[in-house]
Amino acid sequence: MEEFLQFVLSGIALGFKYALVALGFVIIFKATSVINFAQGGFVMLGAYFTYNFGTTWGLPFWLAVIMAMVATGLVGMVLERLVLRRMVGQPPFALIMITVGLLFVIQEVVTTIWGFDNLNLGDPWGVDVVNIGSLVISVSDIWTIVLGLVVVAAFFAFFRFSRLGLAMRATALDQEAALAQGMSAKKVWAISWAIAGAVAALAGVTIASGAGNLSPQVQFIALLAFPAIILGGVDSPGGAIVGGVIIGVTQTLTAGYQKDIGLAWLGEGFQSVMPYVVMLVILLVRPYGLFGTKEVKRV
Amino acid sequence: MAAIRRRRSPEMVTEYADDVGLFKTRGFQIGMLLLLVAYLAVPNTLDDFWIGVLNYCAFFAIGGIGLNLLTGYTGQVSLGHAFFVGVGAYSAAWFGGQQGWPMLLWLPMAALIGGALGALIGPVALRLHGNYLAIVTLGLLFLGEHIFIEWDSVTGGSRGTQVDASLAVGPLDFTALELFGTTFSREQGVFWLLWAVVGICALIAKNVVRTRPGRAMQAIRDRDVAAEVVGVSLVRYKVGAFAISSAMAAVAGAFYGAAIQRYVSPVEFGGTFGLILSITFVAVIIVGGMGTVFGSILGALVVGALPRIIQEYSGDIPFLQTSPTSDGILSVASFNNMLFGALIIVFLLVEPRGLAALWLRAKAWFKFWPFSY
Repeated sequence: MEEFLQFVLSGIALGFKYALVALGFVIIFKATSVINFAQGGFVMLGAYFTYNFGTTWGLPFWLAVIMAMVATGLVGMVLERLVLRRMVGQPPFALIMITVGLLFVIQEVVTTIWGFDNLNLGDPWGVDVVNIGSLVISVSDIWTIVLGLVVVAAFFAFFRFSRLGLAMRATALDQEAALAQGMSAKKVWAISWAIAGAVAALAGVTIASGAGNLSPQVQFIALLAFPAIILGGVDSPGGAIVGGVIIGVTQTLTAGYQKDIGLAWLGEGFQSVMPYVVMLVILLVRPYGLFGTKEVKRV
Repeated sequence: MAAIRRRRSPEMVTEYADDVGLFKTRGFQIGMLLLLVAYLAVPNTLDDFWIGVLNYCAFFAIGGIGLNLLTGYTGQVSLGHAFFVGVGAYSAAWFGGQQGWPMLLWLPMAALIGGALGALIGPVALRLHGNYLAIVTLGLLFLGEHIFIEWDSVTGGSRGTQVDASLAVGPLDFTALELFGTTFSREQGVFWLLWAVVGICALIAKNVVRTRPGRAMQAIRDRDVAAEVVGVSLVRYKVGAFAISSAMAAVAGAFYGAAIQRYVSPVEFGGTFGLILSITFVAVIIVGGMGTVFGSILGALVVGALPRIIQEYSGDIPFLQTSPTSDGILSVASFNNMLFGALIIVFLLVEPRGLAALWLRAKAWFKFWPFSY
C-alpha cells in the first residue's frame, strides 16, 4: 500500500509537469484554435533563459524565473506577430505545420547559443527531498504542484472574471462574431501567445531543475503533454491538470506494476508509450476528451 | 463545324473528360518525352554521389505522393507517416532478407502490410479532426518505436537489422546491372529502379485523383459533412486514403531499407527522429504543392537534395562550422534543421500551394496570352 501511494505521489508530481506544459497549449488553443507544436521550444527557451539570467548573470533565482517568463512571453508575442497573424483563417493543417516550423527554428537557435551540454539551472531547492510519513517527495516537485495549482486558479479567474478573458473565450467561440462585437482579435491572439510563453518558461524551470538536468532534451516533455491535453480536452485548463495527472500516475504505476500483473511481455520502457495507449482508448470513447467542448456537426 | 474546332485553342477544354485527360496536351506529351530521356540519361551523365542524392529524393517522392493523397487531397493530417515507412523497411528486411523472397513478392507484401495497418487507423480518423488526428498519428510514432524495439526477432531490436533484400526482377539485377555489354554501378541501377517506381506511383495517384475516388476525396477535404450529405461514403474514402497512402509509405520504406540504407534501426522511424522524418514528408508536400501529384516529386527533389548540397558546399558558406574545431556559428546539421523549419514557414506564408503553383501560374500565363493578367 505504501509503495502504491509512493507511485501515485510521484505520478502526481510528474503529472503536474505535463500539466504546466499542457496549460500553455490550452490557452493558445482556447483563444486561437491553434495547437502550438512549438510549445516544447518555448519550454526549452524558458529554461535556458532562466539559466542565462540566474547562473550566467548571477541574478537571484526568483528574479531570473520572472525575467525568463517575461522574455519567453515576449518571444511568443513576436512570433505571433511575425508569423501566426498572417495565418488567420488558414486550415488547421497549415497552422500546425507553421508551429512545427517554428519549433525547428527555436530548438536550433537555442542549441546554437547554449550548446548541447547538460547544465545546472541554479535552482535553490536542487535535489532536496521531504518526507511525508514514509513517503518521499522532492522539494522541486512540491513547487511544481503548487505552481500548477496557482496557474490553473489564475487561468480560471482570468477567463471567468476579466474582460480580456471573456474576449478570449468569445474569440475562440466565433471569431467573426467577436470582431463584430468590437473585440480585438489581434490583442487576444498576442496576449494568449505571451501567456503561453510565460507558462512554458515556468514549466521549463520545473522540468530542468536539479543538478545537470538542463539540456535540449527538456523540450521533449511537450510530446507527453499532448496525450494530457487530448485526455483533458484541448480547451479546458482544469482538464489539462486532470489529464496531466492521469498520464503521470498511469506512467508511474505502469513502471511499478507492469511485471507484477503479467504484462512483462509488453516490454521494457512501456511506461513511456502508455500515455499514447490511454489517449487512443479515451479518444475512441470520447473524441473530445474528458472536459473538451464538443464540436457541433449540423447536417 | 470542323473549321471552328480547328480555330479553337487546343488548350481550351469544353468537356470534363478533356480536363481530366492524362496526356491531354501536346506540351505535356513533349514534357513526358523529355522526362523519359532524362530518366535514361541521368545515370550516364552524373557521378555516383549525385545519383545517390537523386535516389534519396526518389524515396521522398514515393512517400510524398502517398502523403499528398492523404493530406493534400483528402485533408487528413498525419504525423505518423514515418511509422509506415518503418513498417515497409522492416517488411523488406524480413520477407526480402530473412525469408529470401524475390522483389516481386516482398515489395507487394510490404505495400500490403503498410496498407492494412493504415486502414486500421482509418476508423480512428473517422471520429477525429485536424488537431486531434495530428496528435493521434503522433502517438503512432511512439507506439511504433516501442514495437520496433521489442519485436526483436523480426526487427533486430534496438540494434537494428541488416536489410539484404534482393533488388532483382527476373534476370535484371538492379544492384549490378549489365546491359548491352556495359556494367552499371549499384547507384545507377538503383536510380532506374527507384525512379521507375516513382513513375508508377505517380501514375497510380494521378488515376486515383482524376476518377470518382479522387473527387470524393477532395469533397471530403473541402467539407466532409457536405460530402457525406451528397452521398460520399466517409468510411470508404477516409479509410481508403489512409490505406493507399500508408501502402506507398511502406513501399518507400522498403526501398529505403533495401536500396538506400541497407541497415535500419527503430530510432529512424519512431520517437523524435521519426517525428522529424514525418515532418520531412510533410515539408515535401508543402514545398512541392499540396494536392498535386507532380508537386510531391518537385518537393522531394528540393527537400531530399538540399541537405546533401549544403553538406557538399558547407565550406563555401561563411557562417557554417564544417568541423567542431573550425570557425563559424552554426553546425551544418543545425543549419539544415533551421533551414528546413524556415522553408515550411516561408512556403506556408508566401506560397501555400508550393512550387507546383509557380509552375501552374507560368503555364496559365502562356495559355491565356495575350490576356495573361
